[in-house]
Amino acid sequence: MQAELLINAIIAGLLLGGFYAAVTVGISISFGILDIVNIAHPAFIILGSYIAYICNQTFGVDPILTAIIALPAFYALGAAVYQVYYASFEKRGQDALRGLAFFFGLLFVTEVMLILVFGVDYRYVQAAYIEYTWHISFMDIPFRMLVPCVMGLLMVGLLQLFLSRTFTGRAIMAVSQDQLALQLMAADPIKVKRTAFAIAIATASIAGALLIVIQPVEPSVGREYIGRVFAICVLGGLQSLPGTVIAAMLLGVVESITATFYGPSWAPAVSFGFLLLTLAFRPAGLLGR
Amino acid sequence: MRSSLFFFLVATLVGALFFFGIRWVANDYLFFAGYTVLQFIVLATAWNILGGYCGYVNFGSAAFFAVGAYSSVALHKLAAGVDRYFPEALVGLAKIVLPLNIPTLIIFGGICSGLIGLGTGYLTLRLRGAFFAIATLALAVVLQTLIVNWDFVGGSRGAYIIRPQSVPIIGSYIQYLFLIMVVLSVLALTVARMIERSRLGYGFATIRDDELAAEACGVPTLRLKLIATTISGALMGMAGAPFPYYIGYLEPGSAFGLAYAVNSIAMPMIGGTTSWVGPLVGALLLGIIQQVATVTISSAVNLLIVGLLLVGFVIVAPKGIVGLVQDFMRARASDEGRPTWRSRLAIFANMRPGAR
Repeated sequence: MQAELLINAIIAGLLLGGFYAAVTVGISISFGILDIVNIAHPAFIILGSYIAYICNQTFGVDPILTAIIALPAFYALGAAVYQVYYASFEKRGQDALRGLAFFFGLLFVTEVMLILVFGVDYRYVQAAYIEYTWHISFMDIPFRMLVPCVMGLLMVGLLQLFLSRTFTGRAIMAVSQDQLALQLMAADPIKVKRTAFAIAIATASIAGALLIVIQPVEPSVGREYIGRVFAICVLGGLQSLPGTVIAAMLLGVVESITATFYGPSWAPAVSFGFLLLTLAFRPAGLLGR
Repeated sequence: MRSSLFFFLVATLVGALFFFGIRWVANDYLFFAGYTVLQFIVLATAWNILGGYCGYVNFGSAAFFAVGAYSSVALHKLAAGVDRYFPEALVGLAKIVLPLNIPTLIIFGGICSGLIGLGTGYLTLRLRGAFFAIATLALAVVLQTLIVNWDFVGGSRGAYIIRPQSVPIIGSYIQYLFLIMVVLSVLALTVARMIERSRLGYGFATIRDDELAAEACGVPTLRLKLIATTISGALMGMAGAPFPYYIGYLEPGSAFGLAYAVNSIAMPMIGGTTSWVGPLVGALLLGIIQQVATVTISSAVNLLIVGLLLVGFVIVAPKGIVGLVQDFMRARASDEGRPTWRSRLAIFANMRPGAR
């Protein structure tokens, strides 16, 4: 019985990990690659959840489809946020302290606006696959978890291909290595960074839809994800997307096992404990040197 | 040192005037509202010692505040059940010591939070600044989870603290709490001002301006940062220690509320981070706006106001209100220094052909 419980917990953790990878990939790009500490990312994810919720309630559209349709809007939002960030902080060379406060304010304003509009009730979506569960002997694989996991991994995979194979993707990796050198190659680093940041925010649209498929959402849920995404991002070695996936799976499994054996009220502490330990002992991440 | 003493006396005088002024109006609500504003003065000043002087952002103010509050709750519960928690030999002693008065609780809360600040700082301050900020966010959630799962202090159900009706000499208990907060604010401001003008303050400023260069010049950056986190954390804990007695019922959600974290960042940022005046101005301004907005509009809207003001000020006026005033004065000063007739004459004399 214990072994079955353990295996089920590990499966749930791996599925959760795929979803966590989708949530974190935006931070891996903005914080890991561009060095912009975008702590407002979870707020954008919740925004994505609410957009999926509205479309699902009024038109009955599938949440993930909604997210894909909303991608350009999130891309534009990301580009706009980066433009403000660049003009107010990066250009003046005072991005550290005030940039953090800026994103913190953004996170807060988004959350309070959502509370004012939607209240603090939990919202959820309906889709055909959400109730379905796949039973293989004693193992349960709920589609509510499987679909987000697969979609999340697919998105991270596509992004990895984009970053390593396409010209723009390579330019983004280059800007993280040496901005000045890129400038000397007659490329505009600001434009490249804007594109990258916009892509990072665009992933929040998909991640938000996946989130509301997995669990009911209310505006302050995003806060729980701040620690998680940064824990995963740091553990994964900041820049590397494969590292992010491995770290996400690891955190998912540990969290799921903790929730199964010690009760779900301990689960939030796991990710943060992870983060503190990683920062203290292995700041370069799992795959780091 | 003498100027600090002078400052302390003046601030105490202002605080006392404030106290007797409100007492004269004789409205207990003013004490309730004033307590919150004063609490924010302490929190904002404490945040600024690390955030403004050293340039390290702390998102976990609520955690330090809550540690102070919960240390009081723990001691209160301990006093309530002396017979259960102590071996018989110690019961007599515990009964004499334990129904602690608030000043002792404040010191105790300060020590607890200071130690937590030191620990967090030691774990993360050797890394880049952003990591410290993220770690403090993480700290708030870890501590909240611990408190939720700790039954002794009430867990997620929360804890009731029944406060005495009155205290000797001062009278009503809320006035007593208010007075304590006045003293604490004066203390926090004095400490901040002393740091600002001391060798320590200059050390902090070198870290803020260029940490690498400071390190290369032999400034013991890690030690200074640890001192800053400890002082800052301790002051936040001290602000939190009387809180359970103020609110009467403490639950993790309210003690760890995001409002504390946001306000203690927004207030110094809006007031100005480089001197002790900034947090004071910001806390007074935002604190009063929030009290008014809570009564007249709603508590969700007042948080929105804080958030928007924070974002707006950070983008438009990075030096805060103090910076704006300084710029204005400087503009006036340079206006005074504009060329006069005599100076024009001198320039003219120098410019005439063949003067050289």
